[in-house]
Amino acid sequence: MIHSLFLINCSGDIFLEKHWKSVVSQSVCDYFFEAQEKAADVENVPPVISTPHHYLISIYREKIFFVSVIQTEVPPLFVIEFLHRVADTFQDYFGECSETAIKDNVVIVYELLEEMLDNGFPLATESNILKELIKPPTILRSVVNSITGSSNMGETLPTGQLSNIPWRRAVVKYTNNEAYFDVIEEIDAIIDKSGSTVFAEIQGVIDSCIKLSGMPDLSLSFMNPRLLDDVSFHPCIRFKRWESERVLSFIPPDGNFRLISYRVSSQNLVAIPVYVKHIISFKENSSSGRFDVTIGPKQNMGKTVEGVIVTVHMPKAVLNMNLTSTQGSYTFDPVLKVLTWDIGKITPQKLPNLKGIVNLQSGAPKPEENPSLNVQFKIQQLAISGLKVNRLDMFGEKYKPFKGVKYITKAGKFQVRT
Amino acid sequence: MTVGKDVSALFPDVVNCMQTDNLELKKLVYLYLMNYAKSQPDMAIMAVNTFVKDCEDPNPLIRALAVRTMGCIRVDKITEYLCEPLRKCLKDEDPYVRKTAAVCVAKLHDINAQLVEDQGFLDTLKDLISDSNPMVVANAVAALSEIAESHPSSNLLDLNPQSINKLLTALNECTEWGQIFILDCLANYMPKDDREAQSICERVTPRLSHANSAVVLSAVKVLMKFMEMLSKDLDYYGTLLKKLAPPLVTLLSAEPELQYVALRNINLIVQKRPEILKHEMKVFFVKYNDPIYVKLEKLDIMIRLASQANIAQVLAELKEYATEVDVDFVRKAVRAIGRCAIKVEQSAERCVSTLLDLIQTKVNYVVQEAIVVIKDIFRKYPNKYESVIATLCENLDSLDEPEARAAMIWIVGEYAERIDNADELLESFLEGFHDESTQVQLQLLTAIVKLFLKKPTETQELVQQVLSLATQDSDNPDLRDRGYIYWRLLSTDPVAAKEVVLVEKPLISEETDLIEPTLLDELICYIGTLASVYHKPPSAFVEGSRGIVHKSLPPRTGSSESAESPDAAPSGAPPSEQPAVIPTQGDLLGDLLNLDLGPPVSGPPVATSSVQMGAVDLLGGGLDSLMGGTGFTAPSAVMPANLGPPPSGGLGDLFDLAGGVGTLSGSHVAPKTVWLPAMKAKGLEISGTFSRQVGAISMDLLLTNKALQVMSDFAIQFNRNSFGLAPAAPLQIHAPLAPNQTVEISLPLNTVGSVMKMDPLNNLQVAVKNNIDVFYFSTLYPLHILFVEDGKMERQMFLATWKDIPNENEAQFQIKDCPLSADAVSSKLQGSNIFTVAKRNVEGQDMLYQSLKLTNGIWVLAELRIQPGSPSFTLSLKCRAPEVSQYVYQAYETILKN
Repeated sequence: MIHSLFLINCSGDIFLEKHWKSVVSQSVCDYFFEAQEKAADVENVPPVISTPHHYLISIYREKIFFVSVIQTEVPPLFVIEFLHRVADTFQDYFGECSETAIKDNVVIVYELLEEMLDNGFPLATESNILKELIKPPTILRSVVNSITGSSNMGETLPTGQLSNIPWRRAVVKYTNNEAYFDVIEEIDAIIDKSGSTVFAEIQGVIDSCIKLSGMPDLSLSFMNPRLLDDVSFHPCIRFKRWESERVLSFIPPDGNFRLISYRVSSQNLVAIPVYVKHIISFKENSSSGRFDVTIGPKQNMGKTVEGVIVTVHMPKAVLNMNLTSTQGSYTFDPVLKVLTWDIGKITPQKLPNLKGIVNLQSGAPKPEENPSLNVQFKIQQLAISGLKVNRLDMFGEKYKPFKGVKYITKAGKFQVRT
Repeated sequence: MTVGKDVSALFPDVVNCMQTDNLELKKLVYLYLMNYAKSQPDMAIMAVNTFVKDCEDPNPLIRALAVRTMGCIRVDKITEYLCEPLRKCLKDEDPYVRKTAAVCVAKLHDINAQLVEDQGFLDTLKDLISDSNPMVVANAVAALSEIAESHPSSNLLDLNPQSINKLLTALNECTEWGQIFILDCLANYMPKDDREAQSICERVTPRLSHANSAVVLSAVKVLMKFMEMLSKDLDYYGTLLKKLAPPLVTLLSAEPELQYVALRNINLIVQKRPEILKHEMKVFFVKYNDPIYVKLEKLDIMIRLASQANIAQVLAELKEYATEVDVDFVRKAVRAIGRCAIKVEQSAERCVSTLLDLIQTKVNYVVQEAIVVIKDIFRKYPNKYESVIATLCENLDSLDEPEARAAMIWIVGEYAERIDNADELLESFLEGFHDESTQVQLQLLTAIVKLFLKKPTETQELVQQVLSLATQDSDNPDLRDRGYIYWRLLSTDPVAAKEVVLVEKPLISEETDLIEPTLLDELICYIGTLASVYHKPPSAFVEGSRGIVHKSLPPRTGSSESAESPDAAPSGAPPSEQPAVIPTQGDLLGDLLNLDLGPPVSGPPVATSSVQMGAVDLLGGGLDSLMGGTGFTAPSAVMPANLGPPPSGGLGDLFDLAGGVGTLSGSHVAPKTVWLPAMKAKGLEISGTFSRQVGAISMDLLLTNKALQVMSDFAIQFNRNSFGLAPAAPLQIHAPLAPNQTVEISLPLNTVGSVMKMDPLNNLQVAVKNNIDVFYFSTLYPLHILFVEDGKMERQMFLATWKDIPNENEAQFQIKDCPLSADAVSSKLQGSNIFTVAKRNVEGQDMLYQSLKLTNGIWVLAELRIQPGSPSFTLSLKCRAPEVSQYVYQAYETILKN
């Protein structure tokens, strides 16, 4: 199982190491650095690297490499999932998963890692249980602690760890009982030159924030559950009920968690909410080119498309760009060759347009590749797949909770080829 | 400490803090101890008392923490003190403590394996599998799996239907990580029939909807493995196939690292069962900001899924990719277009025109890559796309990579008669001959010789130039040899040269870089592990791979097929015509006179020296005297009296041996038949069969004493035979055989004996001697015991050899009444070392191309034609020694019908 963990920042410093079995020398990371050097980009470092005696499985999150060392045959997905869980936990505890946050809270980090893994076997990875064992740092608590001399460590046995519902604490009490569900859908799409859809699918999640006292037993039903043909559940959901009645029945964890994630596959038609008109061309034997991009809404069911940002990775030969935009502002990073156009809200009456001249390195050959446009956007109060929550019922507790559902559609990996 | 500073000097002070009541401080002290106990073992002993005390603390959290920490301190002295507390904790009333203790056993095993075994912790751990708490079960399984990994033979996790049931129940209730351990453990179980497999599959399927991708992939592994046992006509089989696709696709929307591992596994799954994902092509389309390692994997899977139905889409995508920025990716995309052309014949035309478009872009590496793949397309579809040659020739100057240059030269040489200035083109290459890489030099040599044979008048000078360059100025032996061969060919017999050099080439196979089926089957068992990421079996890379057990897919036990285990094989199939072909005893005797009975190689001292004497006498005298008909009255008659009590250990060994034979998997073993009836051998009845297990041939004998007197002093000898079969060890029967007693013995054989061609070819004449007499019999051995394990031929080699063997050597047979599918046939034959080199579907018929090798190095190539729906197969055999064909056919029939 997992032998050791090294945290490495972008400049190649190992700023934290933790060993669960015998100590493995830092030098094992040299193989990782070697692979990092070979890869052109930080994102391109292969996740599984073999060395003569160990295997290094790494993930890249928030500019930190989490490199785990393993010695025997293990499922790599197991390790990768675990590393992401570690990063999630840091995020949860410190608000951000950055090098400074980790360095500032090194004791808690150490306690967490010790609690999460025992001899390489995962021990407690549920945030609820961990928070009972090790209290997250808050300003108030650190002030209190420094005065009273008490610690962050919980004194009690985490009861959840033993029960059949490890994700929920036993005694939960709130004055306001609330249950919120966010239905968030992301559209992954590839649109070709002519504007037709090469590939599109919807990745949806329902994130919940549940603050309910006692042991509530919830059931959530949908108007159109048939849309969901491919679903991944939080362990709390009773699979049998879903199979037979298409109802999500569960005893929720306390606090924020992801209830389900689902995919509306390419078999169903996916409505694409925006269209892009573009002319990007480079003239033969001259050091300039033309750039003209217009973006407009379509099929947005009467909702406004907002938060629109277009990014373009221009070819290497591009020196700078002289553009004028009718709406929003643009920046061009001449080092990374990335053009970012922050548009904001699209109003159908006046479509945002960005056009102008591209300056190329003189003498460089006409670039061969066509840059792809990456589009980000957001539509509030709309789930593009048409998914709708029907009702939420609560059993097992007497009080009346406050319930709320929010829908939002975003662009996921939304690319327009030119 | 956390940043690599050494703070071990503080050890005594830290240990002093240990007896605190503050939990946080206690934890930090424990943490410190784990890190530094190794460097200060004597000091660490001071901490032991506190540990033992903490193990009895009323708070289960502290009990668990103490036992957990003690396990992490890798100091022998401390380990000794750990045993008692650990034993208590394993039986603790609190499940949290029990589950922590379970892991602690694994830690302890890592430090001192012997201690764990001596203390009986393994049994306690096994008991925990039936614990009431699912978390404890999961941890016990995890600990046992880890221990089992270092002791492959220990059989720690022997699963039976009851324990499987418990695991499946625990599976629903334990944590996500526990589910992974349990699923991985389930995957090692071999269900006894398809019903059990189905019921396990049904209970595992809900795991496919888990949010943790590792759980999903482990579940996929279990399903892929057990699916093998389900009959394909079953409704459930289809349902299961449908259920597998969505979770696999979902894995691709996760983080790139997860995607990568998922894609490597999908690559395997697609090769094994392409039907699962055949409609999901689009999810493998590449996004420009995917990491490069994801892009390359996606591309690979796209080609595997390409079919006539989706080729248009795939080509459009590939063309798009060919204009991307990343050079490696672009190259692979261009290459992929070529692979599509070769794979989907209908699309070849479109692929070629796409490639031509790409060549027009004049991007250097695109052009080079395109030329390399066009060469392959020419090989696959000769004389079809020559019109593009002109375009290719325009780009001659821009080629700077050896592979592309070599490909271009090959094209010029191959189509020299259609290229007007072929000689000029080749001449231009020749100028820098010595600067080229070997690959290009070899290709240039061949191309110019081809050109010469096609246009002899204009190119004589050129060919002389290249031959002298290759033979005189080169240090490369390959090049020199090839040069000389051509030179001699051309100078002695230009017609023959033409036949050799310009011969029509075999077509290249359609699917490239597929994983070999046996390896693929093994890798399917390792889905989700490192092996699946590297596409290599664990034995090939795991550190200290001592005795890694090779896993294999379970045999299919559908309604139409019978189980393959030797015990279940129906009797009646073995060669029943035996008596007819065996020469009468009279003939035999003559032959046996030539027998050269050498002394047993290392016979164990059977009994007293007089016995030895007898044996020596018998052997020394040779059989000639015996045959004189004078009756064999050597000391054997008095022997029973001299024999001491039988060495009991030996007998035990023997039974072990016999027991082992039945359980080992190996090639098909026919049931035993009577070789020597009791009435012909003064009461000794011998029945037997031949088997081949892991490369060793053996003759399994059953000796029964049906006489009224005790038999002893057995020895065995073979006559010379076609394949040099000979006993590898003397016949060891330690105890005298009492009346009505039966002894089973397996006699190892080798093939280093002297050779004489027999008729029939597989006839074996045997002499068995005991204290009563010498008996002779002959038997026929099935040829498949001689098929060796490395009988798999390379695909290319197979094609070449098949063409090479003259048609007169081809023999055709019909195998009737064998209702097996092509895959079942292939796997069945594989068990007997008949390897399927390639499989093709021609006009609805499955064609299997197979190879096998005999112990004496003779290759036999086979083409098995299977008509779906008809139970008869057509078998064509080609071999340089055609006389074996008949017997290979018999072997086929025996294997397939049992």
